[in-house]
Amino acid sequence: MRRSAIKAASKELERIDNVFYTYANTTSGLIDPEGIERLCSDMEVDPTDVRVLMLAWKMKAEKQGFFTLEEWRVALKALRADSLSKLKKALPELEKEVRRPSNFVDFYSYAFRYCLTEEKQKSIDIESICQLLHIVLGSQYQAQVDSFVEYLKTQNDYKVINMDQWMGFYRFCDEISYPDLSNYDPELAWPLILDNFVEWVREKQS
Amino acid sequence: MGAKIIQFDQGWSCLQKGITKLKKILEGAPGGHFSSEEYMALYSTIYNMCSQNSPNYSQQLYEKYGESLTEYIRATVLPSIAENHGEFMLREFVNRWANHKVMVRWLSHFFSYLDRWFVSQKSLPRLKEAGLVVFRECVYEKVKSNVVACVIGFIDKEREGGRIDRGLLKNVVDVFVEVGMGQMGGYEVDFEAEMLADSGEHYSRKAVSWILEDSCPDYMVKAEECLRREKERASHYLHSSSEQKLVEKVQHELLVVHAHQLIDKEHSGFRALIRGDKVEDLSRMFRLYHKIPKGLEPVANVFKQQVTDEGKALVQQAEDAASSQQGSNGAGAEVGLVLIREILELHDKYMAYVTGCFMNHSVFHKALKEAFEVFCNKSVAGISSAELLAGFCDNLLKKGTSEKLSDEIIEETLEKVVVLLAYYSDKDLYAEFCRKKLARRLLFDRSCNEDHEKSFLTKLKQQCGGQFASKMQGMVTDMTLAKDIQTNFEQYLGTNPNVKPGIDLSVTVLKTGCWPNYKSSDLNLPQEMVKCVEVFKGFYDSQTKRRKLAWIYSLGTCNIVGKFEPKPIELVVSTYQAALLLLFNDSDRLSFSEILTQLKLTNEDLVRLLSSLSCAKYKILIKEPNTKTVKPDDNFVFNSMFTDKMRKIRIPLPPMVDEKKKVTEDVDKERKYAIDAALVRIMKSRKVLGHQKLVMECVEMVQSIFKPDIKTIKKRIEDLITRDYLERDHEDSNMFKYVA
Repeated sequence: MRRSAIKAASKELERIDNVFYTYANTTSGLIDPEGIERLCSDMEVDPTDVRVLMLAWKMKAEKQGFFTLEEWRVALKALRADSLSKLKKALPELEKEVRRPSNFVDFYSYAFRYCLTEEKQKSIDIESICQLLHIVLGSQYQAQVDSFVEYLKTQNDYKVINMDQWMGFYRFCDEISYPDLSNYDPELAWPLILDNFVEWVREKQS
Repeated sequence: MGAKIIQFDQGWSCLQKGITKLKKILEGAPGGHFSSEEYMALYSTIYNMCSQNSPNYSQQLYEKYGESLTEYIRATVLPSIAENHGEFMLREFVNRWANHKVMVRWLSHFFSYLDRWFVSQKSLPRLKEAGLVVFRECVYEKVKSNVVACVIGFIDKEREGGRIDRGLLKNVVDVFVEVGMGQMGGYEVDFEAEMLADSGEHYSRKAVSWILEDSCPDYMVKAEECLRREKERASHYLHSSSEQKLVEKVQHELLVVHAHQLIDKEHSGFRALIRGDKVEDLSRMFRLYHKIPKGLEPVANVFKQQVTDEGKALVQQAEDAASSQQGSNGAGAEVGLVLIREILELHDKYMAYVTGCFMNHSVFHKALKEAFEVFCNKSVAGISSAELLAGFCDNLLKKGTSEKLSDEIIEETLEKVVVLLAYYSDKDLYAEFCRKKLARRLLFDRSCNEDHEKSFLTKLKQQCGGQFASKMQGMVTDMTLAKDIQTNFEQYLGTNPNVKPGIDLSVTVLKTGCWPNYKSSDLNLPQEMVKCVEVFKGFYDSQTKRRKLAWIYSLGTCNIVGKFEPKPIELVVSTYQAALLLLFNDSDRLSFSEILTQLKLTNEDLVRLLSSLSCAKYKILIKEPNTKTVKPDDNFVFNSMFTDKMRKIRIPLPPMVDEKKKVTEDVDKERKYAIDAALVRIMKSRKVLGHQKLVMECVEMVQSIFKPDIKTIKKRIEDLITRDYLERDHEDSNMFKYVA
């Protein structure tokens, strides 16, 4: 590599790091929730916006609400954003990338794992799931999400949702025609909660 | 010496004479036979004409052979058949065939030299064969339809009761067979097919009128008779290969076409026959339909329907009886006893038909099983079928009712119950109820007979496998061990006079594990009982090392003497009731809350206790106010004026209602474990399996004990995924993989 290229690369990394330190907590050396909030505000993006989650995915961020330097570097280098304005401009591209079918499933399952805050936690409470569904699938499958969220809030059998059920719902949106649900077959291996959901929807429709 | 060359005409005229003579013989002219010289002359003529090199007349002679036959047929044979009718025509037909065979035999003897060389050289049919073919082509083919029509006419005549010449028909049939020369095609196509079609029509017509006019039994008798006759007909004058086909045809027209009409006939059909216990007619129906492939299915279906309807009616009756007795305690239970007994009787009744009229045929066993499975599993008055059956067994095995029945009858009935159990889908629930009731019988000494208990458990084990009754068997064994401990205790008391419980005490020590779970209670014991407990504890600790005793006072009984003014009466009560009554030794009058504090019981328990002593049959306590139910602000007074004609009475304490719920909960829990275990076992051996197959195999694995709910299986699968025993395949969400 030519010396100028190397120099350019290291300059870029330096700028990336600089942006990082603008938002990082000086004691912990990480960007914490407060920092993320500032970052969002500067990017003129709501903290609950799905694009923030997408950014976390791009970083492969491990802990919800925190970004490490390493994670930050990975994402911004890939996005070729070494300044806040470039980062902001990169968001639409990022969204397009995530929404590509080959990436979306991965993003969708990441979203679930990202919310598992406790060690050995395997499921997420209904309230949080409902929010997460809106964020992640709301734009693409609004009707299904609204209906499922209503069901989750009214039923009593389940207090938490696990990964299998979470992934099952995406497959449901992807494969099952809505709102007629004509090709849904409860004899197949759909998670039981979806069988119950479909029954509930059908009862409401009649 | 050189043989003379024979010219054709010369030789032929000689042969012609021979042939003419033969014809005359066939026509019956006297003096008819060939001498050996005559025969030799004819034979040699042909021999010479065929062996001389030139001119060699083999070809012409072969043709002449055939011509002689055809000529004769045309001139004599055909006309003789054609100018006759009916029986006479048939006779001609038979005779002409016989004649033809003779003619061919003789001619082929004369011409036999041709058979040696010429025939094989030219690949021509041999003389005899060629000769018979001539008859077939020139006679048979021309007259066969007339002959067939005639024969069939006679058959129908015989069917209508007319007399016919069976021998003649047999001969005609034989001709048809022989003309085929080894092939049955001619017989089958020319005769048999027509005959079968005609027979079919004949019986179809009969069936249509009989089915309307006759009752089912009468129709069946006619059908049986027709079949017998047709069989006889076939054996007398048809070819043996036709018998089966004819029988099938007749069966089809008489029995298959109208099967439903016949079996479902309103006043005389299958159901009526069952109602009237018409064993002979039912056996006939079985016999007739047994031979028809799938013929028994419609009969078995009606049978199944009949049994199901009767069973359902019994259940409905029970339901109605229970609701009309609503309000009275134990109405459901009583009704249940009657129902189970009736179901057992129903089973006996219909099983008798299956083994009797229906010759133990599997189709009927299956129908019976499916019918019983439908109604045996229905609950009555809110009580599950499993509990009803368990209640029935409890009744059989406990004191009181069982004394009225002989040992044989009890054993027999228990056998039948175990057979009936096969139809129940919730066998594990049944076992759990049995276990609870067995515990009560054993602990309150309500069991009639240890032998019956043991024999019953053995039967259950044989029917449902070792695991099924193992806990219950453990309980029975425990009782024997407990008796030993009690004996040792009494010895201990004898040898240690300073240790006195003060009351006659007997303790039953149970091993946890096979007994149902009992809560040990916080009952505040009266002083007299506290002493007993301490004494026993001292004994037990001396006998065993580091074993802990948990006292279950809710299962104890106490004999307590009530010093009533009219006369003292011995009361057999539960320990709880005794503890309560002893409080009245210190005060005449107690309030609900006072008793509650002193005994340290729950509200519900106390209400139950006080009800049994003040609102039930025997009012040992007087309740103020004298309302039907116990309320927390009631007061209670010892009823010193209580009396009864007996000197000793039992005051029962009804069990908690929640017990039933607990049993169902326990069983549900066990089922979850069983399903989990089955799923893991299946996946461990299959490694990868689709959802539907997994569910199916799981059902198969547990169904001998209970019928699993598909939703529950799904839930367990999901649970196993969460616990990382299984995972979904990434490509196909309908496949599961075992996670090692």
